[in-house]
Amino acid sequence: MGFERFGVVSFASETLASDFVTYLDEGKLMATKCTKCGAVSFPPRMQCTSCFSTDIEWFDVGEGKLATYTVVKYGPLGFENDTPYTLALAEFPSGVKVFGRLDKAIAEEDIKIGMALKSSTVKLADDRVSYEFKKV
Amino acid sequence: MEKDVAIVGVGQSTFVRSCGMTTRELCYEGFAEAMQGINLKPSEIEASIICSAPEYDKQRSPAGVVAEYLGLIPQPTFYVESVCSSSSTGLRVAYSMVKAGLYKSIAVVGFQKMSELSSREAMERMGRGADVVWESPFGLTMPAGYATYATAHMNAFGTEEKHMAMVRAKNSSYGMLNEKAVYRKKLSVEDVLNSEMITYPLKKFDCCANADGSSCIIVASKEVADKITPKPVWIMGVGAANDTTSMSGREVLTGLKAAKDAANAAYKMAGVGPEDIDVAEVHDCFTISEILAYEDLGFAKPGEGIKLLEDKETYLGGKIPVNVDGGLLSKGHPIGATGGSQVRTIFRQLRGEAGDIQVDGAKVGLVHNIGGTGIYGNVTILGV
Repeated sequence: MGFERFGVVSFASETLASDFVTYLDEGKLMATKCTKCGAVSFPPRMQCTSCFSTDIEWFDVGEGKLATYTVVKYGPLGFENDTPYTLALAEFPSGVKVFGRLDKAIAEEDIKIGMALKSSTVKLADDRVSYEFKKV
Repeated sequence: MEKDVAIVGVGQSTFVRSCGMTTRELCYEGFAEAMQGINLKPSEIEASIICSAPEYDKQRSPAGVVAEYLGLIPQPTFYVESVCSSSSTGLRVAYSMVKAGLYKSIAVVGFQKMSELSSREAMERMGRGADVVWESPFGLTMPAGYATYATAHMNAFGTEEKHMAMVRAKNSSYGMLNEKAVYRKKLSVEDVLNSEMITYPLKKFDCCANADGSSCIIVASKEVADKITPKPVWIMGVGAANDTTSMSGREVLTGLKAAKDAANAAYKMAGVGPEDIDVAEVHDCFTISEILAYEDLGFAKPGEGIKLLEDKETYLGGKIPVNVDGGLLSKGHPIGATGGSQVRTIFRQLRGEAGDIQVDGAKVGLVHNIGGTGIYGNVTILGV
């Protein structure tokens, strides 16, 4: 329960990893780690296919850097009124990469691959929640 | 080269914005062309594989209605999809079935009718080809996915927007000769650079157009091929690989790992290397995609793809002509039909029947067909 609150438009209502949204409500962007074999994952997953353990813990991704991005000017159905927005892939010290959006306050000409980023929870309309990456 | 599984016929419909036909009628166009000149009736084709991406039209399980309309039942039909590379996957499955001795002849029919949807709706469907749980909720689209590769390539290698524009300029110079292409206007580098920004750094003319279209490949065993055609084209290598659907899982951002893995598998199976390829069709859904393909296929070292363009090595008369039928950028990209259309071009090249765009003496050709933003990699090597 609760996962249907994730994102500007949600396409999935349930996941075993729905604690992700609870952590977002607390302002934390979390990834998962298998306590048995140590495999780290983003997107989060509660089932390990490296060792078949389901004993999984959450960890805060911390601060990272920009791996790549694009500034979307023409949005798909459901996102028409959201443009322009910047989609980004950020890399974190644990090795996980996280796909998301850049803070709209960062000017397009200031976006540089390699720039330091931190995550931040975004409260959307209708009790929806997401995350974005801000300049450190 | 093993000469045991052949392509004996190829066809495609004209790719258009709106075809004015049902999907089954559209499929007839490619099928009828593929059956020209071969001594085979639909009732003699032992199975069919129907390929398209789901959700562009309302028909669920389209294989049944398409096979029925084309006169391919009561023989069995199978539905195969890997989004934009569906018909290459279909060809791979057909190869496997013929090689296994299950059937001696198979029709691989690819189609897509995209005009039932508005441009934004189509974009939303394509966006849902990404990870719907974790990434589509951010408004990810197909051009945006490839644009992140473009940005990473620019950052790593100094690639510029003008280099991407050069891909479109090249392909449009051939697309104007292709009477089955949706877009036949020649475009200059400036035309591309001045077109509307869709998702930085990709502009309108860096992107291929949605289209309605069908394609067909008739695959046969050597025994059947020898009886029905004087000029079979042999399947030398089929390579396939997958990368993560989510962008978060991608190890490399300056090339498509699935394409590279698929190419290596196809080269190994065919016993050839990139230097042996005489002509290639690559999946230029966006201009950056063709530059990535040069490097993933080993035509150029990582970061040096743009040199091939600057030196005109991928033009007719160059070292390795690429997309001399106009590519997806000119032909349009009716998702499920695209791989079959690429195979059609290489088939005609290897038979010396390519007309104005003939690469002299082409003996070995390659098709690179990618599903999603680098999710499904398919590379096929054909020879005569």
